[in-house]
Amino acid sequence: MSGAEPKSVPRLSLDRLSCVYGSFTAVDQLSLDIAPGEFISLLGPSGCGKTTTLRMIAGFVRPTGGTIAMDGAVISSPQGSLPPEKRQMSMIFQSYAIWPNMTVAENVAFGLKLRRFDRESIRGKVQSMLDTVKLGALADRYPAELSGGQQQRVALARAMVIEPRVLLLDEPLSNLDANLREEMRFEIRRLHDKFHFTTVYVTHDQGEAMVTSDRIAVMNLGRLEQIEAPYLLYTRPKTRFVAGFIGRTNFLEGRIEGERVVFDRFDLPRNLFEKERLEANGPVLFSVRPQNISLDRGPFSEDSPVRLKGRVIERVFLGESWDYIVSPADSAVRLKVAAMPSQVFEVGDTLWLKLDPQQMAPLKE
Amino acid sequence: MSVAESPVQGATLHRGPLGRLRRFEPASLIWVLAAAALLFLVATPLVRLLISSLQATDTGTFTFDNYVSAYGRMRNLEALGNSLLYALEVTVLSALMAVPIAWGVSRTDMPAKSVVRALILGAFITPPYLGAIGWILLAGPNAGWLNRAWMAVTGSHSGFIDIYTFPVLSLVTALYAFPYIFVFTTDALDRVSSEMEEAANILGAGSVYTVFRITLPLVTPAILGGAIVVFLDTVALFGTPAIIALPARIRIMTLQLWQYFEFPVRAEVAAAYAIPLIAITLALFWIQRAVLGRRSYVALTGKGGSRTLTPLGPWRWAILGYSLFVVSLAVILPYAALAKAAFSKAWGLGFTLANLTFNNFYRLLAEEGARRTILHSFTYSAAAGCLAVALALLAAYVVNRKLMPGGAILSLLCMAPLVIPGIVLGIGFYAAFASPPVALYGTALILILGYSTRFLPIAYVNCAASLRALNPEMEEAVRILGGTRLRAIARVIVPVLKKSLLGTWLLVFIPATRELSTAIFLVGAQTRVISVMMLDLSENGSFEILAALGFFLLGATILIVLLGYKIIGRDFMLRRS
Ligand SMILES: Nc1ncnc2c1ncn2[C@@H]1O[C@H](COP(=O)(O)OP(=O)(O)O)[C@@H](O)[C@H]1O
Ligand SMILES: [Mg+2]
Repeated sequence: MSGAEPKSVPRLSLDRLSCVYGSFTAVDQLSLDIAPGEFISLLGPSGCGKTTTLRMIAGFVRPTGGTIAMDGAVISSPQGSLPPEKRQMSMIFQSYAIWPNMTVAENVAFGLKLRRFDRESIRGKVQSMLDTVKLGALADRYPAELSGGQQQRVALARAMVIEPRVLLLDEPLSNLDANLREEMRFEIRRLHDKFHFTTVYVTHDQGEAMVTSDRIAVMNLGRLEQIEAPYLLYTRPKTRFVAGFIGRTNFLEGRIEGERVVFDRFDLPRNLFEKERLEANGPVLFSVRPQNISLDRGPFSEDSPVRLKGRVIERVFLGESWDYIVSPADSAVRLKVAAMPSQVFEVGDTLWLKLDPQQMAPLKE
Repeated sequence: MSVAESPVQGATLHRGPLGRLRRFEPASLIWVLAAAALLFLVATPLVRLLISSLQATDTGTFTFDNYVSAYGRMRNLEALGNSLLYALEVTVLSALMAVPIAWGVSRTDMPAKSVVRALILGAFITPPYLGAIGWILLAGPNAGWLNRAWMAVTGSHSGFIDIYTFPVLSLVTALYAFPYIFVFTTDALDRVSSEMEEAANILGAGSVYTVFRITLPLVTPAILGGAIVVFLDTVALFGTPAIIALPARIRIMTLQLWQYFEFPVRAEVAAAYAIPLIAITLALFWIQRAVLGRRSYVALTGKGGSRTLTPLGPWRWAILGYSLFVVSLAVILPYAALAKAAFSKAWGLGFTLANLTFNNFYRLLAEEGARRTILHSFTYSAAAGCLAVALALLAAYVVNRKLMPGGAILSLLCMAPLVIPGIVLGIGFYAAFASPPVALYGTALILILGYSTRFLPIAYVNCAASLRALNPEMEEAVRILGGTRLRAIARVIVPVLKKSLLGTWLLVFIPATRELSTAIFLVGAQTRVISVMMLDLSENGSFEILAALGFFLLGATILIVLLGYKIIGRDFMLRRS
């Protein structure tokens, strides 16, 4: 979706956005463009500045540096900030913030009343939105009579019914229990596919971000590490942080020396790697996913330069897979390898392993 | 939606001065107005008082003469000394009454706790001056019922207790002050985990030893906190001294202050004489904060821990007996005497049918003046409750949301009346607002403003606490959907907090209905209120009507408190805030 309208003005454009509290930099020079209709996740560990970024977008926090533009018009800058009520956005809060003094229907109707819709169309919109989030039968309940999941749906309905220009969500699922969380991820994506609201979704849960997003922006220490579609983010992480944060991985240190990439006690031909991503001679760090390494008891049939002899150092059975720690070519390197439950090796066994250079992502520190 | 027709486009930020103006929310005007109102209500009287104290009466030139005449006279110094001694005695007596009962109620298996609590609440809502009148009927030198009973039983020719003496004055004052210490102490005792006591028991400490070495030391800061409140209240007390100390010719500072307003009025000297009262209050509050700051070790052990009640065996009857003794002195006996008076033609005559009458109540309702007085008290107090809650809520909101630079000053302004004794506030209001240019003397407004200011701290503390408990996301949800702050306050904050706001309103309304020390300087001929009328009735010796009026006030208060409990659904009165 991000590539669909490359030339259009971004719905939201964050330009070197910063927010400094005293001497602490919560958000550091963050630049990011979001296309109309795009679903972007801000993903990162707790305290990395996701909420602060979202609240700057919403207008609750004024940036100390940089700007935010919506459809080309600056709405936040250190000089001033359009108040939240003028931004035509809506937001789903971690606490849901459903107003306990109003019924479900009144909660959902609130934004429409502010927009001075007439009674009839308010009723129609509220009812159809409640039906969409499967709460049609509960319109006259008070929030205290709803479960956590239902409150979550009220929050969604309330935020979406006004057809916001940008929909903001701050860890909306973190208060739900695990099963419901799983279900709601898909629900949120389903609603996005239905309405196509431009969405910024904050989460520290990579699973949520993967399921829901068109693109994921990974943040760390207030900075943007990488922004990419989920598949590419997983397969082509660009920084050590991203590789480690998204999924499990091995870090493999090597050196580029001419036509070879040299590791501890083994080396691989350089031409097997994705060429454009390897820089000139010098040290290089790769991320290798545990499932991208294959194991076999004997040497692999074809005569491949990427097969190495190795030894099992440790093993753990996880039910759906084995986790082996394997040391290739008697080096000090330890690789974590995921294998099918049927592939049983004992600690101390010698075996063969095969690397796939195409799946080895070189990282910037 | 194309970029050109984007509504946000029109609202784009402009840099420079224009942008600055655009950022000025219309609601800001309301914050500024609230701040101005607070400044007007709280700071003006104080500043005016200070200036007056340094001005010559006629010429208005700068002088220290007022301080010289205020403190250069022996009788004034004596009054200061008496006031401090009086407050000290009342504090000690209150602690002696409150602490054992608090321990009994909070940590033992004493029976009939709810009765004791209800009667202490009764003492709490009794205006001290009404209690004092009850005690005149009980302990008047010859005619008091206790003395008559004593003479009848012992055949003695004189009574055993004289209300018009210093110790009895202190005792009677303490009977209506001890609930403060009770509230502070039970609150702390409720937090001490039994494990603390059990830890001592397991090491071989006996129960008595544990109480004195473990439990009481843990709550000592709370007891001191309550004691300081009592001390301050007593130093500034006007009603009880006016009723008892004045006829007894005991010089008390507040009475002295009052007398400066009799002809010839010497408001400037009064101002000079009042300033140290503020200083004393400030100093004690500072001490209280220091003392209560160390409370943390109680809080640390509290909440989580379970609380098992200490079984007292037969001793539980002893502690119940003591509790009942204290509450009967505070509530049962005086109200019995007041009831007798309220239904009598003459309170001193016996229990005969000929003496029985409903006329006292009838006169209150029939007489235009009395009716209006009662109406004034309730309407002014209701209005003051609304004003105080509204101002406090706005101030607490501005402070909590950091909407104005220097917002902390607002909370300081709201809390400042706490260190202004009621009588000083009355004088300050009189000095600042009675005469032109404000010229509010004799209006209902000056009383309403006076009451609001006096009880502003109660309102502020409660509003701030409720706001802190409210998740700001509730309000942010309004704003992101397109509502302004004011709409968020009106549609979400106030409705969600309505119960606690109602509780706060009651906590202003109830004391305002009986407020005397501020009112006495501010009432005019057309704006009399119950408390002032009671004082007048007591000066005239019309105890029968006074008693009837007292019952009226008490009945109304009980009704309101019960209603409050029902609506709010929790104990909002006997609770520390
Ligand atoms: N109002 C504030 N004042 C000072 N520090 C803040 C404030 N708000 C957030 N921070 C700090 O900024 C950092 C980022 O916060 P936040 O954006 O909430 O992180 P996240 O949502 O990614 O967990 C945190 O370390 C937090 O302590
Ligand atoms: Mg957060």
